[in-house]
Amino acid sequence: MSTWRKPLTKAEPVARRWCVHVLPERCKGCSFCIEFCPRKALESSSQLNSKGYRPPRLIEGATCVGCNFCAMICPDFAIYSGPEVGDGK
Amino acid sequence: MEMKETHPIDDLIRTDRIPHIWCSGCGIGIAVHCFLNAIRKSGIPPKNFAVVSGIGCSGRVAGYVKLDSFHTTHGRPIPFAVGLKLANDRLKVVVFSGDGDLIAIGGNHFIHAARRNVDITVICVNNFNYGMTGGQAAPTTPVRARTSTTPYGNFEFPFNLAYLAAGSGAVYVSRWTTLHAKQLEDSMLEALGKKGFTFVEAISPCPTLYNRMNKLGTALDFMKFCKEHSVIRHGADPKTANIDLRGDIVVGRFVNVERPTFTDFLEEGLAQGLPHRKALLDEERKEFEHE
Repeated sequence: MSTWRKPLTKAEPVARRWCVHVLPERCKGCSFCIEFCPRKALESSSQLNSKGYRPPRLIEGATCVGCNFCAMICPDFAIYSGPEVGDGK
Repeated sequence: MEMKETHPIDDLIRTDRIPHIWCSGCGIGIAVHCFLNAIRKSGIPPKNFAVVSGIGCSGRVAGYVKLDSFHTTHGRPIPFAVGLKLANDRLKVVVFSGDGDLIAIGGNHFIHAARRNVDITVICVNNFNYGMTGGQAAPTTPVRARTSTTPYGNFEFPFNLAYLAAGSGAVYVSRWTTLHAKQLEDSMLEALGKKGFTFVEAISPCPTLYNRMNKLGTALDFMKFCKEHSVIRHGADPKTANIDLRGDIVVGRFVNVERPTFTDFLEEGLAQGLPHRKALLDEERKEFEHE
């Protein structure tokens, strides 16, 4: 019997990648998500939606951790965080 | 950024009516989202829910949720809900309405439903005034606050809704601001799982009327205020749990007790006095479960 133990961290850990999904036409620009994002990862986008509000977008280079607080605090059901599309997990 | 046209909550809202009419920054949407999340987490099938709303901004909730919902006359969602509950006690009946509807015009219904301990959940969105009709003073308007009917300041003391509910006999009373979305959701989940008259108050900004007339800033400013001035005090005496929009807002779960409900007494009385009616009722229930 081999006493050689298998290393617990054999596989390289893969960090799950998250991003925010925005439904721009529902946004009313209250900016709760931008203010209360724990990672301060959101900003107003430069484009207006059809009602004239600026929906949020992920700041380039900022990390979304998928806490989904933006979805909870959004009064208009316009934003949520989820796994990045193409993230196979 | 990925553009998607659906939201995870979309299966519980009537998406053809979205975007809703509530102002930018209004907290009712947050309360609805918390409620729908609580429904999902409760594990009870959505078809067993009935949502009853009255008149006002919060009264429109019934039109936006994809559940059995009823939009009733002003101040009367609680009698309607009691009727629903008595007709079919397997339903989870939720009253979702505003402070003007539940406490002002429907004030008597509210205290008597709490006194009887009818098995319903009441969610009250408190924005301190009558929002839909133009910002008139309500029984929840703080003293000295300006509204469109009190231009020199309100001369009346407001109701403390948590104290009113607890004093009338509610078995579960909690208050959260709409910033406390997670806590509000957990509180609603707890209230839905509890038997008896359960009451959840959600303090919401009214950026268009109340906040503007009282120079409280935008909805975002109000939310920041809630973040800085909310004091969580679980189990606090509701009498001392005040809402001071220039000072502190006391939030938390104030009451969580057990008391026999109206349905319990009804069944007891039926079994003793009208056993054949009780047998009929039990049969009906079985049918409902089979469906």
